[in-house]
Amino acid sequence: MFFRENGQFKSTYRADMQLLPIVQDRYFMLGLIAVALVAVPFVATDYLFLSIINPFLILTLAAIGLNLLVGYCGQISIGHAAFMAWGAYAAYNLVQRVPMLNFLVVLVLAGLIAALVGMFFGIPSLRIKGLYLAVATLAAQFFTDWIFARVKWFTNYAHSGSVSTAPVTLFGWTLDTPRDKYLFLLGVLIVFTLIAKNLTRGHLGRAWMATRDMDVAAEVIGIRPVYAKLTAFGVSSFYCGVAGALWGFLQLGSWEPLAFDLNLSFSLLFMIIIGGMGSILGSYLGAAFIVVLPIALNQVPRKMGMPLSTAMASNVEFMIFGSLIVLFLVLEPHGLARLWAIGKEKLRLWPFPH
Amino acid sequence: MSIPRYAPVAILGLLLAAGLVAPLATGETAPGFWVEVLIGGLMTGVLYSLVALGFVLIFKASGVFNFAQGAMVLFAALAVARLAERMPVWAAVLATVAIMVVLAFIVERIVLRPLVNQEGVVLLMATLGITFFLNGFGQAVWGSDIYEINLGIPREPMMVLGKVFDGGVLVNRDDIAAALAAVLLVGALALFFRHTATGRALRAVADDHQAAQSIGIPLNRIWVIVWSVAGIVAIVGGVIWGGKLGVQFSISQVALKALPVVILGGFESVPGAIVGGLIIGVGEKMAEVFLAPPLVKAFDLAGGGIENWFAYVLALLFLLVRPEGLFGERRIDRV
Repeated sequence: MFFRENGQFKSTYRADMQLLPIVQDRYFMLGLIAVALVAVPFVATDYLFLSIINPFLILTLAAIGLNLLVGYCGQISIGHAAFMAWGAYAAYNLVQRVPMLNFLVVLVLAGLIAALVGMFFGIPSLRIKGLYLAVATLAAQFFTDWIFARVKWFTNYAHSGSVSTAPVTLFGWTLDTPRDKYLFLLGVLIVFTLIAKNLTRGHLGRAWMATRDMDVAAEVIGIRPVYAKLTAFGVSSFYCGVAGALWGFLQLGSWEPLAFDLNLSFSLLFMIIIGGMGSILGSYLGAAFIVVLPIALNQVPRKMGMPLSTAMASNVEFMIFGSLIVLFLVLEPHGLARLWAIGKEKLRLWPFPH
Repeated sequence: MSIPRYAPVAILGLLLAAGLVAPLATGETAPGFWVEVLIGGLMTGVLYSLVALGFVLIFKASGVFNFAQGAMVLFAALAVARLAERMPVWAAVLATVAIMVVLAFIVERIVLRPLVNQEGVVLLMATLGITFFLNGFGQAVWGSDIYEINLGIPREPMMVLGKVFDGGVLVNRDDIAAALAAVLLVGALALFFRHTATGRALRAVADDHQAAQSIGIPLNRIWVIVWSVAGIVAIVGGVIWGGKLGVQFSISQVALKALPVVILGGFESVPGAIVGGLIIGVGEKMAEVFLAPPLVKAFDLAGGGIENWFAYVLALLFLLVRPEGLFGERRIDRV
């Protein structure tokens, strides 16, 4: 940025290891959180919350989850919406059947159930990788779609097959306005981001990355591949499970299994490819991009006086996503997050690059 | 004492075979109906095989797991359907061949060449990008309604084997045409691979990229050729499929079933794609017709629909016991 870290010396290991070693970065981050907590709730309209900000927060959480698996551990999944579905339906059933549970507990339990399912479908990853794993996760996707559409117990014998939820109440705080939901989601996302950031810095994250970079070498230096892969599947599905529960309860309100279909899985994958694989920041950028692009495609041509038809807008969206994926893979495989880092580095040296 | 390598496969095969004859053995199903379901399954299987064939060709020659094959089928079908509104069907097919060749050039130039030597997963994601682009582009150019391809084959089903079973067996004429087309296509491909210089070059590249390059086979041109051939296979698949079900977006989704097919048959094997497609086709039809009703009754489900996941779960089981597929090359690849 426009600042230098001159004169900031680290004299303890603690200072060396901290999350944001540069003091300006810390202030920037605190400022950002303050803006998100204080300014955004006053400025943003309900429409903005409902159609952009809240989906962005929830999908970011899911994208972080998928990124832990694909970006950090190198195991591809094109069925991660399935684990969101498991989280959402687990939360629904917990709320229906054990009404005295606090919603936070429900969230954690839903995440744990999704994690179990994720680890189960992660078992093939111990024998196969890459392309084969893609099919295994597709199996998870289609099987999950089916099970929630057909097994009546999961939907509590709802007639139409879709389930609906009451507004969430937390310690007497009812989350019924978009603003309340936003504040709650923001809190959850901050906590989970911190956890993810630290996980990837710790031994678990290193084990994942070693497995991703070269599995045989990782095994040689004493990382158990079974452990690394299954934990990656578990943690990743946990994140997606929590995100799915939030998506169901705080975004959709009532939903049917189609809400978590293959298209959502693809969207999640696109978020991390465009945002940046192996980067928490990338999950944020990618989610923002994927949430905003369809709305921009709808609004911008209309403002310019030549509205696209719905079908055409979705086709153009497909084309833009498709070409962006290829472009990013060819030109900048680490996505928007890498572009951001490059820009930051350039600015740090600016205006005297030598 | 160790378990022989083929034992799990044999057990799985026996289970499948048992499931196949079980409806007959219980005596509650009329044999004629059973044969009809079997033929229906075989026909669906032929369609899966045609899509899977495209996968296998590209995987053999470039090591790319082409997720976009389904999108190519949809794109080709849309092109044929819309062009056929203005010209005879054969001309539309020829024009589409030209389009698919151009597409192969573009894909090679823009996607494959810059990504050469990348990991398989990266290439897989790149073809995912191609999928989305083609789906959007195809529908933007050709329109996103349901279109018909009329091949001039009479619609009404034929009655065959009336003497063997009571009531005979109903067979659609277009199904027979589809099966014939598939056989012709596979035969033509086999001849092409065996007896032309290009075909031999393709096989050489499939065996060993570097060795092929060192004896002067141009890899880039081979990729263009193989993507063109896959495009032509996509046209055949798309025309047959579109003629049967109408050309619509769902083709691209159903074509995903070619993934379990190649897993079952083996990534590098043309016969594997055919056999795998037939097994999956028959398996899921049989499962839907004969296995779903008892399941629905036993677990009080809200309807069947197990054909949506049967293929994938079968492939998943298969991956656990024999990851290289029925006819695939066995690789020592410790994970």
